[in-house]
Amino acid sequence: MLDLHHYHCLGEALRAALDRWPEQTCLIEADRERENARLTYRQFRQAALPVVNALQGAGLRNGSRAAIIMTNQSKWLISAYAIFFSGGVLIPLDYKLSPHDQLALLAHAKAEVLIVEYHLWRAITQSPQFPTFAARTVLVTEAPATADLAGAQRWEECRDASEPTFVPRKRHDPACIVYSSGTTGRPKGCVLTHENYLEQCMALTSLYPFWPGVRYLSILPTNHAIDFMVGFIGPFVCGATVIHLRTLRPEYIRDAFVRYQITYVTVVPAILKALEQNLRKRFSDLSATQQKMLQALIRLNRALTRGCPHVGISRTLLKQVHASFGGALRALFVGGAFTEPSTLQFFYDLGIPVANAYGCTEAGTAITVNDLRPFRADTVGKPLPGSEIKIIDAGEDGIGQVAVRSKTVMSHYLDDPELTAETLVDGWLMTGDLGRVDRTGHLQLFGRVKNMVVTEEGKNVYPEEIEAAFEGLPVKETCVFAANYVWQERNMAGDELVLVIHPEPGSPIQHDLVRQISSRNRQLLNYKRVGGYLLWEQDFPRTASLKILRAVLAEQIREKLGRERVAPL
Amino acid sequence: MTTLDQTTEEVLRLAAEHFKVPRAELNPADDFFTKLGINSLQALDLLTRLEQHFRIELPDYELQGVSDFRTLAKRIQSRL
Repeated sequence: MLDLHHYHCLGEALRAALDRWPEQTCLIEADRERENARLTYRQFRQAALPVVNALQGAGLRNGSRAAIIMTNQSKWLISAYAIFFSGGVLIPLDYKLSPHDQLALLAHAKAEVLIVEYHLWRAITQSPQFPTFAARTVLVTEAPATADLAGAQRWEECRDASEPTFVPRKRHDPACIVYSSGTTGRPKGCVLTHENYLEQCMALTSLYPFWPGVRYLSILPTNHAIDFMVGFIGPFVCGATVIHLRTLRPEYIRDAFVRYQITYVTVVPAILKALEQNLRKRFSDLSATQQKMLQALIRLNRALTRGCPHVGISRTLLKQVHASFGGALRALFVGGAFTEPSTLQFFYDLGIPVANAYGCTEAGTAITVNDLRPFRADTVGKPLPGSEIKIIDAGEDGIGQVAVRSKTVMSHYLDDPELTAETLVDGWLMTGDLGRVDRTGHLQLFGRVKNMVVTEEGKNVYPEEIEAAFEGLPVKETCVFAANYVWQERNMAGDELVLVIHPEPGSPIQHDLVRQISSRNRQLLNYKRVGGYLLWEQDFPRTASLKILRAVLAEQIREKLGRERVAPL
Repeated sequence: MTTLDQTTEEVLRLAAEHFKVPRAELNPADDFFTKLGINSLQALDLLTRLEQHFRIELPDYELQGVSDFRTLAKRIQSRL
């Protein structure tokens, strides 16, 4: 891999990678059984030139902000490289957000340029908030020939392949502004520097190296901090191959493992669980004798890999299982949300190591990762090289808030000094997560200090974001909480949102009201919905400016009502 | 020519079959995430079944922002 100590910015490192491995395949884009694109590092460089020229011609310069809203595909990476090459600051936005949220974040980030897929652009232009859109240049990919692009340019029509001028950046300059939530109320734009990414990349690849010939399957969206690092920067600076899959359907994911002989993949817990369920079903379809043999082989594999993984032994013992994953898989990375230890153990017992990691956007990507020496299903691993963690205000059980100090920690939240000061204290990042470090230095997580949920698909949802959906109900007041914030059960499972309703005095909850709540709930994106409602008969405590004192209300609820009082919706 | 009502009926029948719930329990306006107790990955699984049945291709993004059977049927109808 490139020695990243010698590089000052991502553009410089990526440019060097493209020159270093010209004939290696760097990118494959697959869609179901089809292959849409296959590029060597040389071809990638050539494909990026017209985009660089288009961006520079449109005035993108040192420090200009350019957003990408795209699904997982090769043009995402080519566009990101073109932005870094031109000295721009990349804003990777979640394509699954509503156009309303995307427009709000584009405005918050003051994006001058937007690179977007046609179907997403069409939705943005149809939004009632579109008149607020202020980016001066828009490049749209894959637009039909007759489509009205509302003033945007076609990505594919950028044709100037002359050599543009590289614009260098310094290590402490911002590289990306990454939004850690989709809130329109208070967007959290993490400003991450080139140093943050270069340091994170060195730390991760010291534990899980890439090299030419490694094939990384990218199925998480590239705007996600994990995939941006492990499915773009990491493989590129090592000359490895990234395979993009334009669908998240489990059957095509399974096909891709075999077709491309995948070495590494990162998944969120929901996908890992889907893979587990598929395997369990296949096992249950075996005859009784075959099942007995399989269990015996699993026991033998478990005994032989107790200290550390031995993929060669596991592939021999459990040949068919490994063949269904392509036969070249070295590890699955999982992060973004809580994963059941039983799922991790299931895969490890089959000889498929799952590197369980923990991190947050504010810390670059990962803070801890399991180094598999030995495998531990009950922890999220040890801090990455160069990262320190400490537990703040630990109780007698050793559990307290996890704080992190590392060169990978963001510089600040964009335009929010107050939130920055609350989150970055004396050089330590306050994660808002509750944890304990055991005698071997492994971090175990037990819940959250902050009022938020993380879904199995790795989405952060802040209750404040969705309260507006329940405004105007015929009740006195409403508030939304993360259940684990109210009832701190020291448990990472069972995250869900709860709507607290204070009815008008003397007005019991009627069926019609529940119907209205359900209807409002359904209008939210599925991962943002509340799981149930709770009746609360007292006035909410509020500040002088009438803001709800959430921590006080949560404590009052906790003292008087148990979680079993939540009525499911 | 298949009508939207026929497409909706087929979507309901296939969803009931795929997730093993009685057809009579499903209605066009139902939220399939809530009614079937499924996550977005399982919904994508249903999309594959629908593609095979209607012999069309539905990109994953067609499911974005869709949560009821009727709207799903409309997305299919526009590609028939």
